[in-house]
Amino acid sequence: MSAPNAAGWRPSLGAANDSAAPSPTASGDRGLMLEEALIFELGQPGKCGVDLDEPELEPLPALGRHLRRQACPLPGLTEPETVRHYTRLSRQNYAIDLGPFPLGSCTMKHNPRLNEKVARLPGFADVHPLQPQQTVRGALEVIAQLADWLIALTGMHGVAMTPKAGAHGELCGLLCIRAAHDARGEAREVMLVPDSAHGTNPATAAFAGYRVESIAATAEGRIDVAALLARLGPDVAGVMITNPNTCGLFERDIKEIADAVHAAGGYVYCDGANFNAIVGKVRPGDLGVDAMHINLHKTFSTPHGGGGPGSGPVVLSEALAPFAPLPFTMRTAEGVTHLVEEEDAAAIVPGESFGSRSFGRMTAFHGQMGMFTRALTYILSHGADGLRQVAEDAVLNANYVLRRVEDVLVAPFAASGPCMHEALFSDAGLPEGFTTLDIAKGLIDEGFHPMTVYFPLVVRGAMLVEPTETESRAGLDRFIASLRSLAERAGRSDESLKSAPHLAPRRRLDETQAARKPVLVWREPASAAD
Amino acid sequence: MRYLPLTDADRSGMLAAIGASSIDDLFVDVPAEARLPGPVAGLPLHAGEMAVERHMSRLAAMNLSAGSVPFFLGAGAYRHHVPASVDHLIQRGEFLTAYTPYQPEIAQGTLQVLFEFQTQVARLFGTDIANASMYDGSTACWEAILMASRVTRRSRAVLSGGLHPHYAATVRTMARFSGETIDWRVPRLEAAPDDAEVIAAIDGETACVVVQYPDILGRIPDLAAIADAAHAAGALLVAVVTEPVALGLIEAPGHLGADIVVGEGQSLGVGLNFGGPYLGLFGCNEKFVRQMPGRLCGETVDADGRRGFVLTLSTREQHIRREKATSNICTNSGLCALAFSIHMTLLGGEGLARLARINHARARRLAERLAAVPDLSVLNEAWFNEFTVILPKDAREVVRALADRQVLGGVSLGRLYPDAPELDRGLLVAATETCSDEDIEAFASALTGVLA
Amino acid sequence: MSRYFTEDHEWIEVDGEVGTVGITDYAQSQLGDITFVELPAVGQQVGKGDSVSVVDSVKAASDVYSPVSGEVTDANQALADEPELVNSDAEVSGWLFRVKLSDPGELGKLMDRAGYDAYVGGL
Repeated sequence: MSAPNAAGWRPSLGAANDSAAPSPTASGDRGLMLEEALIFELGQPGKCGVDLDEPELEPLPALGRHLRRQACPLPGLTEPETVRHYTRLSRQNYAIDLGPFPLGSCTMKHNPRLNEKVARLPGFADVHPLQPQQTVRGALEVIAQLADWLIALTGMHGVAMTPKAGAHGELCGLLCIRAAHDARGEAREVMLVPDSAHGTNPATAAFAGYRVESIAATAEGRIDVAALLARLGPDVAGVMITNPNTCGLFERDIKEIADAVHAAGGYVYCDGANFNAIVGKVRPGDLGVDAMHINLHKTFSTPHGGGGPGSGPVVLSEALAPFAPLPFTMRTAEGVTHLVEEEDAAAIVPGESFGSRSFGRMTAFHGQMGMFTRALTYILSHGADGLRQVAEDAVLNANYVLRRVEDVLVAPFAASGPCMHEALFSDAGLPEGFTTLDIAKGLIDEGFHPMTVYFPLVVRGAMLVEPTETESRAGLDRFIASLRSLAERAGRSDESLKSAPHLAPRRRLDETQAARKPVLVWREPASAAD
Repeated sequence: MRYLPLTDADRSGMLAAIGASSIDDLFVDVPAEARLPGPVAGLPLHAGEMAVERHMSRLAAMNLSAGSVPFFLGAGAYRHHVPASVDHLIQRGEFLTAYTPYQPEIAQGTLQVLFEFQTQVARLFGTDIANASMYDGSTACWEAILMASRVTRRSRAVLSGGLHPHYAATVRTMARFSGETIDWRVPRLEAAPDDAEVIAAIDGETACVVVQYPDILGRIPDLAAIADAAHAAGALLVAVVTEPVALGLIEAPGHLGADIVVGEGQSLGVGLNFGGPYLGLFGCNEKFVRQMPGRLCGETVDADGRRGFVLTLSTREQHIRREKATSNICTNSGLCALAFSIHMTLLGGEGLARLARINHARARRLAERLAAVPDLSVLNEAWFNEFTVILPKDAREVVRALADRQVLGGVSLGRLYPDAPELDRGLLVAATETCSDEDIEAFASALTGVLA
Repeated sequence: MSRYFTEDHEWIEVDGEVGTVGITDYAQSQLGDITFVELPAVGQQVGKGDSVSVVDSVKAASDVYSPVSGEVTDANQALADEPELVNSDAEVSGWLFRVKLSDPGELGKLMDRAGYDAYVGGL
């Protein structure tokens, strides 16, 4: 034979019974668990990842006194360094693309990639908002078609498309309400907000100039209707209701509430964050709602992007539609979609129709076009039948989690009937010393993103699970098994749960230190500056 | 349906597992009269990828894209070359499909990016600190005014006539409801910005002065002089930057005395997108940190002592402070902040300076060429990459006629200021590194033709 | 000197016509790590029950109500750098502000130590 194994390479599983902990690595990385320095530590002044020619002209003499004394002190990186930096960082993130992201009230569903492809077509992505209208007919048509869908799906009269996110949409709705009351010469100062509402509701009401008064929840997790009705009066501008509510339940008395609010001269704002539970099944317009924002980044799948951008169109009743913000699209008799801005609102909008008495502009330009193209693509993909199926599957998935877990985790409103698209649990049944935080951090070690924790505020130690319709049954079963296992570990007082996560890129972070001595920007270490 | 993993067998099995006889059992709390019997009537049913893409592509094709013709629009949205790696990286699913980083142990990627972004914005603006983004420049501008009112406990804001009219309109709309007093004005067609008028408008009730830099007509206000006047009256200076690339060439507002600097970050990494999503930038003096709106990312350590990042100072925010929050903002512009940050990382400070000088040189070239067009004059003495020209007739008509000739030739002041007919002949034109000599020549000759 | 307590977990120690106000040790134990204390301005007029200060922990912001009416005469500036004093020493060096009482009769409606301990025991 020739020389046996001249290279000397003999694959092996290593020493038997090797149970020793691995030594720390010199790099600090651990296999595919990669650490990454800050760009300020990696980059060098003068380095650049973009090839730029030498400018052909010097700055205008008139610019002299305005010139920057020294270049902005930011290091640069070449393209390979840049790609590696951000790719390494990306691997420290959990994402829907990796697994379930069951954050209650956040609707973290799959983000279809066709949406991304469409949004990047140059006809949408490379168009300036102030181009002459004759050159942007297709973009205006996207806005108008999406508006048509949103109106049809909600049974409302019109829709304001410009709000930039849900909270901005809430503001838009409340400003319509204020403008409507102003137009009637009524000064109503109070906005009623249930205790269970998302924090943006009271914050928005205050932002819009209202005084916020809370309405309590009943023991079964719904609005205390009697308390609400008793509070109505000439000083109450309206009520902000979340339906389905943040306890995961449908407010079955919504119609009665709306009728009473209207009779008292007020309006009903509905927080549409939970529209995914009822899209295609129930139209808010049939429930007496006057204004509701729709988070395109929730129900209609535009990506959350680590915290935005969002988009929050607001559907409006006939009573509020005239007060909608500028600008907006309007179809002419010839079928051409026109963008109505300040210059022509008064001239071309008929009296008492959408936007005819607009309260004004709430942002530059015309809204989140990049989200409109994605949302319309999503809607056209699903169609009226697919959207209805979305709501049904979302609700079915949530009820499946609720009923498969309620024997090991307290579900405070399980007896109130089926939940909608999210299931609410609490840590009330865990042994002393074990909390919602421990379950959440334990889920991280299990490979899942935790649910929404400590919200809604009306339930102590709340855990709000929203699986969404894009989880398979097998995926839910895995999640349920992990949740049950964590409840069981807490039940037998497994102390290791209290310091979870153990397997994530970081252990629990010291938020107290971060808040007491805020470090919000990177500064040159003292030794390097010396 | 390609996006719905449950099969009919799954659905019936799951209904059985939870003791429901049909899906309708789960909707019993909805009033019967409000339950739709089937899909919303009159709407199309589901469609495959090819059909949807065809529909959307047809709509896209109805638009004249900026890159396909000579293009000179600015007015708060600028067309810059975005390096290919930016769009690739923001499409990493770990960035694209993550939520707000509420669980920091598994969101260090997003959090570190935000920390880097905050540092980049602060250094660009010359402020101590910056937040993790707002919706866009216009809403950031309004939030800055509110913040100045909290800091000074006053409620009057003086707006320069050079502030973008959409920003001024946003501020005026919001102020109607919040009770702030807004002293505003439209710009005059003069070579110099309205610094003196703004300074004269400051009084003892003034919370802040809001000055765009460069201003809407492309002029460069003297921020230091305005800052001195504001501070002498106990007011703050809010500087508004709608074209951040300018700060590669002209001094950072924070170095000139601005207390709060806000801006539109769209120029770097984000693209035109017909107006949104864009990126609100917000920086300020560190002593105002607890009055800031929006999310903040801070450095800390984990239980093992390793450096890490978290969202911090949350007690300012709506989810904790509710009706007493500094702002109602929740979702912001995270992915746009990532795109901005990547683009800025690729440029570095010196790359940004060079890019800025190229922009300025292109705009100088454009001004030289347009000055040769008969009956046209350039208004500005100084500018960065955008300036105003005065035409012999209403610029709105000229812009439309240019579009008929496949030239996107600027933004008419008539569109921006429909109530100020004295501005009708003004045309805003911008040139960036994307404008070639051929584009400039095509623009100038088309303009000559239209004006003839 | 005598010390009084409210059902909102403030304490007030009265010396002559000036009362020193803080939150109770029980309150700080419920809040967790205090990260920031917003103090009233000296000279500010306050009414009994007015929200005059805010105590922040990482995930909560809690209003502190004045137990009495009067004028704020002092605020504990040490808390600016060391908010953790409210955790470590809530009822002594972690005091928040001082009020010159305008109506000492209001003290009569407050609890004494034993009353407060019994109140907390019943929570």
